[in-house]
Amino acid sequence: MLTVEGLKKTYGSRTVVDGVSMTVAAGRIVGLLGPNGAGKTTTVSMICGLTPADAGEVALNGQRIGGDASPVKCRLGLVPQDLALHEELSARHNLALFGSLYGVNGAALKSRSEEVLALVGLADRADDRPATFSGGMKRRLNIACSLMHDPDVLILDEPTVGVDPQSRNAIFANLETLRDRGKGLIYTTHYMEEVERLADEIVILDHGKVVAEGTLDAVKRRVPQVASLSLLPAAPFDAAFLADLPGVQGTEWRDGRMVVSLASLDAAGSVLNRIAAAGHTVLDIQSGRATLEDVFLALTGRQLRD
Amino acid sequence: MQAFLALIRKDLVLYFSNKRALLVNLAAPIFIAVFFGSLFGGGDKKTAPIPIAVIDQDQSEVSRRIVAGLRADASLEVRDLPADAAAAQVKAGKLKVVLTLPKDFGKAAARTLFAPGDRPVIDVQFDPSQSMALAVVRGLFTQQVMQHVTGALMGSTDNVTQDLLKDMRAQLASSAGLADGQRRDLLNMFDAIEKVQAGVPAAPGTQGAADAASSAGQPAAPARGGLRTPFELRETAAKANRAAAYNAYSQSFGGMGVQFILFMAIDLGIGLLLMRRMGLWKRYRAAPLSRLQLLGASLASIAVIAFTLLMVIFGVGMLFFGVRVEGSLPGFILVVAAFSLLTASLGLLLAAVGRTPEATRGLAIFVTLILMMVGGAWVPSFVFPEWLQKAALFMPTTWAIEGLAAMTWRGLDFGVAALHGAVMVAFSAGFAILALVRFQWEE
Repeated sequence: MLTVEGLKKTYGSRTVVDGVSMTVAAGRIVGLLGPNGAGKTTTVSMICGLTPADAGEVALNGQRIGGDASPVKCRLGLVPQDLALHEELSARHNLALFGSLYGVNGAALKSRSEEVLALVGLADRADDRPATFSGGMKRRLNIACSLMHDPDVLILDEPTVGVDPQSRNAIFANLETLRDRGKGLIYTTHYMEEVERLADEIVILDHGKVVAEGTLDAVKRRVPQVASLSLLPAAPFDAAFLADLPGVQGTEWRDGRMVVSLASLDAAGSVLNRIAAAGHTVLDIQSGRATLEDVFLALTGRQLRD
Repeated sequence: MQAFLALIRKDLVLYFSNKRALLVNLAAPIFIAVFFGSLFGGGDKKTAPIPIAVIDQDQSEVSRRIVAGLRADASLEVRDLPADAAAAQVKAGKLKVVLTLPKDFGKAAARTLFAPGDRPVIDVQFDPSQSMALAVVRGLFTQQVMQHVTGALMGSTDNVTQDLLKDMRAQLASSAGLADGQRRDLLNMFDAIEKVQAGVPAAPGTQGAADAASSAGQPAAPARGGLRTPFELRETAAKANRAAAYNAYSQSFGGMGVQFILFMAIDLGIGLLLMRRMGLWKRYRAAPLSRLQLLGASLASIAVIAFTLLMVIFGVGMLFFGVRVEGSLPGFILVVAAFSLLTASLGLLLAAVGRTPEATRGLAIFVTLILMMVGGAWVPSFVFPEWLQKAALFMPTTWAIEGLAAMTWRGLDFGVAALHGAVMVAFSAGFAILALVRFQWEE
């Protein structure tokens, strides 16, 4: 189990991580969610020992992760946000290199390479150079390189940036397989649908602080809003006239639809009545429970992609 | 047109926003222009004198005057050294030329100025890589000899000159091969010299006065009649293995090898920064490796590549251009190894100081050019001003180029290689420590 306790990091007068704590148990995926600049990458860097923390501690199975050469780092795997691959070396050579850095060698290195190549679906491209791979394949190899030493905990820093939906699903399938094999995962992203799909637990960061944590359901319950209406109007309109209705917590446009956050679905009728009274035509109506986007909005007063 | 202008504007903004690259692009050509301009006649700065030694085995009035004349010449720095020490220094490249004036040189030179017969031989040991310096010394020495030998002949009142004239009259009387006219001319000249010595001015327009005046300073003349250079130079390239001819390729392979290996190391140093930009460095640092291991591995790999390349470069020189290791082979390997280490640590240091690939590239080119210019890879260091020659000792490239020369064509022993190697290793250690301290580990 990975425990992170009170991590803090300051650059000059700017505090980028302020008392972040979390726990990652075996066989669980923790989604680390926050907008750009929330402190996710700095937190990950401190967990992996890349950046010294000003305060706080990181321990794996009770063993503190110390300096650069700490042996505990052998139980951690990092998938950087960048495609950290040697493009001119073959996929197999890349895997061998990164395995060697963690002391994997000889027959174990070879068998481990075959295993991770099979896991990420690149066994048939083992001897090709990443320079010839698609973006999704490179991302999968990027993950495979971090698995060579069979870490207990894998930390993924926005691993799906720039990949197509098909490759993203393939990556998700790989990560779910790892979870099923008992690995603990930290998955940082600012895509809430990814966290909703993958994460067993969520930690939401904003301005370097944890604003919410727990299971998906537990986090959603922290929001007074329990429902939303998603409307497709015939023509866009200014929704300000809905703001004073009882039970309406906010409105916003998302992908051409008007989303009205509600404290209760009981308020839905009065919303629809007022829209009709104003002369606007609604072509489609959907209702739903609160999403992480709603949670973030409710907790921070701003949207996740700000 | 708007798009065209926008593209131009974009390029200008991007270029001028990189202040460090801009500075290097401006500073490098200005620095090099000033450097070469000052070397080849810019301003009124004098070049450093050429270090030579003169071993005066004659110790006559004439030889002392010649030595004093050479010493007084601003182009030369005449060092007082015993013969053995002088020979060792010219082999090591610390002196450019050593002249040995043999016993009785003064008398013999005066005697052979007019008369046929064997001329005294001046032993000249010279640094074969410094042919320009040899030419300068040769010219200045000839000037001094002609001035002081003819001066002694014309102006001295001591017995030496009178004895010489007596000898020469006797030789003239016994010489059957001379035509009567020539014999008469020479006798007139001897008379004129004696008159000058006795304080009687020669009558203007007389044959003797004209001959005496016009003959001084003339180049070597045929043995039969007239003036000739009153000595012979026996020039010897100062090398440990005198049987082997000096091969200029040895010097040029060393200089160019050092230069391009430095460029290669810089590329590898920049590669480190590119790795950081690509996130690879983060992945390496996530592994349980110390900073010393990470930078040490980079240092070692660059050094191995540099060593291999330099050996191959010299291998080609040996196979096709007659380059030979005439000194110590282990010493040669030591110098190449030390330079490889130096190269790697310099590459790391530049990467640490430059911080970004773009900034490092500009800085590295600038630094390398300075190291090569001042290190003497492009022009012989004796044309440098004196201060620059001293500054060159603080350039690691000087030790690399000199070390390679010492082990190849100079043919020096392992001790010399050990000294050059130790200096380069010391530079390497300094560079590596600085790199370790300055390297930006966090992004």
